[in-house]
Amino acid sequence: MQDSASVQPVRTIQTRIDAVNGDIITVKANDGVAVGDMAKVGGAQAVVVKLDRGDAYLQMLDGARGVFTENEITFTGRSQRVACTDAVLGRVFNGMGQPIDNGPAVSENEQSIITPSINPASRKVPDNMVRTGIPMIDVFNSLVESQKIPIFTTSQEPYNELMVRIALNTDADVVILGGIGMRFEQYDFYKTSLEEGGVFSKCAFYMHQAQDSPLIALQVPDTCLTVSEYFARQGKKVLVILDDMTKFADAMKEVANAMDRIPANRSYPGDLYTQLAKRYEKAVAFNEGGSVTIMGVTTMPSNDVTHPVPDNTGYITEGQFYLDQSVIQLAGSLSRLKQQVNKKTRSDHAPIADYCAGLYADCAEVRELRSMGFKIEEFQEKLLNFGKKFEARIMDLSVAMPLENALDEIWKILAETFTREEVTLKSQLIDKYWPAV
Amino acid sequence: MTQKMTTGSVVTIDGSLVQVEVTDTASIAKGEIAYILHGEERIQSEIIKIRGNIAFMQVFEETDGLSLGETVEFTGEQLTLELGPGLLGSVIDGLGNPLNLLFKEYGYQLLRGKTARTIDGEKPWAFKATAKSGDTVTAGSPVGTVREGIIDHTIMIPYSFNGEFTIKTIAADGSYTLNDDIATIVNVTTGKEETVRLSFLQPVKVPVKIGTQVMPKEPMVTKMRIIDTLFPVAKGSSFCIPGPFGAGKTVTQQSMAKFSSVDVVIVAACGERAGEVVETIKEFPELQDPKTGRSLMERTVIICNTSSMPVAARESSVYTAVAVGEHYRQMGLDVLLLADSTSRWAQALRELSGRLEEIPGEEAFPAYLDTRLAGFYGRAGALMLKSGKLGTLTIGGTVSPAGGSFDEPVTQGTLSVVPTFLGLSRARGDARRFPAIDPLDSYSKVNVTVHSKATIQKLLATLRRSSEIKEMIAVTGLDAVSMEDYIIYLQGEFTDRVYLQQNAFDEVDAACPVERQTEALDVVLHFLNKTDYSFENKKDANAFFRKLMGEFVTWNGQSPTSEEYKTTKAKLLAA
Repeated sequence: MQDSASVQPVRTIQTRIDAVNGDIITVKANDGVAVGDMAKVGGAQAVVVKLDRGDAYLQMLDGARGVFTENEITFTGRSQRVACTDAVLGRVFNGMGQPIDNGPAVSENEQSIITPSINPASRKVPDNMVRTGIPMIDVFNSLVESQKIPIFTTSQEPYNELMVRIALNTDADVVILGGIGMRFEQYDFYKTSLEEGGVFSKCAFYMHQAQDSPLIALQVPDTCLTVSEYFARQGKKVLVILDDMTKFADAMKEVANAMDRIPANRSYPGDLYTQLAKRYEKAVAFNEGGSVTIMGVTTMPSNDVTHPVPDNTGYITEGQFYLDQSVIQLAGSLSRLKQQVNKKTRSDHAPIADYCAGLYADCAEVRELRSMGFKIEEFQEKLLNFGKKFEARIMDLSVAMPLENALDEIWKILAETFTREEVTLKSQLIDKYWPAV
Repeated sequence: MTQKMTTGSVVTIDGSLVQVEVTDTASIAKGEIAYILHGEERIQSEIIKIRGNIAFMQVFEETDGLSLGETVEFTGEQLTLELGPGLLGSVIDGLGNPLNLLFKEYGYQLLRGKTARTIDGEKPWAFKATAKSGDTVTAGSPVGTVREGIIDHTIMIPYSFNGEFTIKTIAADGSYTLNDDIATIVNVTTGKEETVRLSFLQPVKVPVKIGTQVMPKEPMVTKMRIIDTLFPVAKGSSFCIPGPFGAGKTVTQQSMAKFSSVDVVIVAACGERAGEVVETIKEFPELQDPKTGRSLMERTVIICNTSSMPVAARESSVYTAVAVGEHYRQMGLDVLLLADSTSRWAQALRELSGRLEEIPGEEAFPAYLDTRLAGFYGRAGALMLKSGKLGTLTIGGTVSPAGGSFDEPVTQGTLSVVPTFLGLSRARGDARRFPAIDPLDSYSKVNVTVHSKATIQKLLATLRRSSEIKEMIAVTGLDAVSMEDYIIYLQGEFTDRVYLQQNAFDEVDAACPVERQTEALDVVLHFLNKTDYSFENKKDANAFFRKLMGEFVTWNGQSPTSEEYKTTKAKLLAA
């Protein structure tokens, strides 16, 4: 491992804490202390985040409240670790990797959660479509193995339900769930649904609850992704669900402010992009087989996509699903990897998806015109008709059908609504797929 | 080295910023490379600020596990890159380490402190001398060539050599590796001898322009209709592609990397997704360069510093890329450098500036952002070499503006230094109008065009008027616009759909050569100039243009050698 050279002996000092600022304490400590090391301050866990001329800055993982200034500090000489073993499956842990399901502790094959980035030369071009049975994903923005893709949404939307549906349908060998800032009901919904769906035995759950320290929130993605990488290196297909990455970013903001960092946009630290990217970039398909697919939840404050968290996320991830008004919207949703797999499905798949998206955008424009009280011409009327049918038969989140059926259904809607001449798709496609009405 | 090496000791570690106390009073310089010795690891870093005997260093790797008091060795050298034959086709990180070699040696992870030589030193090259002993040479003078795949790679006197030299000896034609001496040269003034090899080290942050800079005269054809026709890029000039995520920056850049009419393409993946680089690495060797008939990878160099790789190396990666570009320009070649994304590079500057506790400028970017941007794009240019050959370096950068609004420091700083602005719009992206370059916002101030100025004016005027009428329809309703105006609206939509939009994933449509553009333009203009439309009503007009669009899009996808191509064209013109 990367930090093998830095394994320092365990050392305990009796010292005075010079400063307490937020959850960060400053002590005099010099020898044998390395950045990233875990420490114990009077029994509470801490991590060394900065060293400055004899001062060590420690983040108290459970908060600095109640930490006395005269205290005993033990430097463990090692960074935060997590057990990488099949024994984590079917188990629930807190963000530090300690069991919270009354089961035994798991401590085999502990690996540092600070892992080097993956050499692009060891990656392969992903080409395996993950079918979800949700037409708005399969047809319009196909999910691909090794993709990193968030759901952009707001707190009131059914994003937990959507995630569960994908987790239940996926053919992944292992599902790793990372809860960040999760409410108990959400946690319970995931756990119960996956248990009832009979897949919990291939899941491991690392959960940070809303009331836990933000410092632990920061560890959850790293913990999940270290375990995922272990499974992927065994040749397994791993799906990681990180819910909710906005809370991860908020935790970063809180910690950065306590460290006196100069804020960039809306008081988020300047390295928000880098920190998010470091996690999402762990999504990978290895040449030798094995993959990590990451689906995150990004709740957008006030449904604002220009908010720094969705904004930075969108630049990192390979697209996003925009869940709004209980449906996955066309405008705003995108899968950047769909081209890798859509050419292998049906020849009409990609063209008709693009074409429908265009029609639906036109339909939205006509709706606006109509709402302003303008007279609608015949073709515009057809667009409205198309929109209505499309929403009911394809878009609705309850619609579940295989990709091919969904494509046929779209052709049916087109044929019911337009004449052949009005459909500006390549003529060979129309000849082949236009249904007899 | 006989000189005693300057050393120091780590006193502060704060993320990727480390402060080092220099233990003796030796001289250090900004930009100097130093190594932190951590166990077996040698961790590369660069001095970015000096105060008293404290060197502030940006570390090109993660700093986890480092302790105070660790020893630091200063090298006395700036950040350099090895320039020589063998660069083409390679994939290197921001500091010049070939990723394939690292993978072979150290496995799937990028381990800290592990490096590899940029170019293979053992590979033999067939050298042909073009200079002889007794010749007078200066930095950048050619002394010979080797065949590097598709190009003749000129072997030159290293750019950093100052003064005039006389060639004392030069190797006979034959096979040599990068480790062999090719020539011995003597400094005319000092009498000092230097050796020349096939490759040399060049500081990447020092611009190289040996020759006379001239105005760009030729367009760089991209085979993207909207760019070549409306907003041309000139060989030796620069351009930027700002756009919100999902608007198609990456696809646009990939198309340019594939189809642009240049000799060498450098792709700098700077703080972006690793997956996209992998796509390029795997796809380019399979694609054929129409100009040479060889694989596209043979003309490509990929500098890969993706978003999860250390941020300080990201800052350097664009300079590594531009140093490679300048090297091939000095050989009289046309080079295109695509930097994706300059915003990530600017963010790297911002992160380091924050750690240095500099006074923040707008959105916490450092106040020197504009100067750095100008310095980077300023390395583009058309260069008349002493040999009489013209070498060009065209630089294009994507910008990923925060919140998708162009009113932010990186976009604005870039716009003030590049003449061609290809602005992508979210609205066009959402409506799947690709490439989503906004025809009404974008501009090109270069003085070269592919098509006639009258044609460009006609298209732009139609598009502008059409968009105005569209807005009018939105406000006043369809009945309030005249039939004449409605036709102009449809003509604009038609131009957009069949000419400006292009399907990057269609085998034929993805690349539209100039001749085909001209042919398509003639058809488009036929319908724009036609005055004798006789529609009963607006519904008829709409139906007519929609049918036309469908047929034209079909035509766009047909191979020019096919029979259907001719029939579809005839059908179109008969409409």
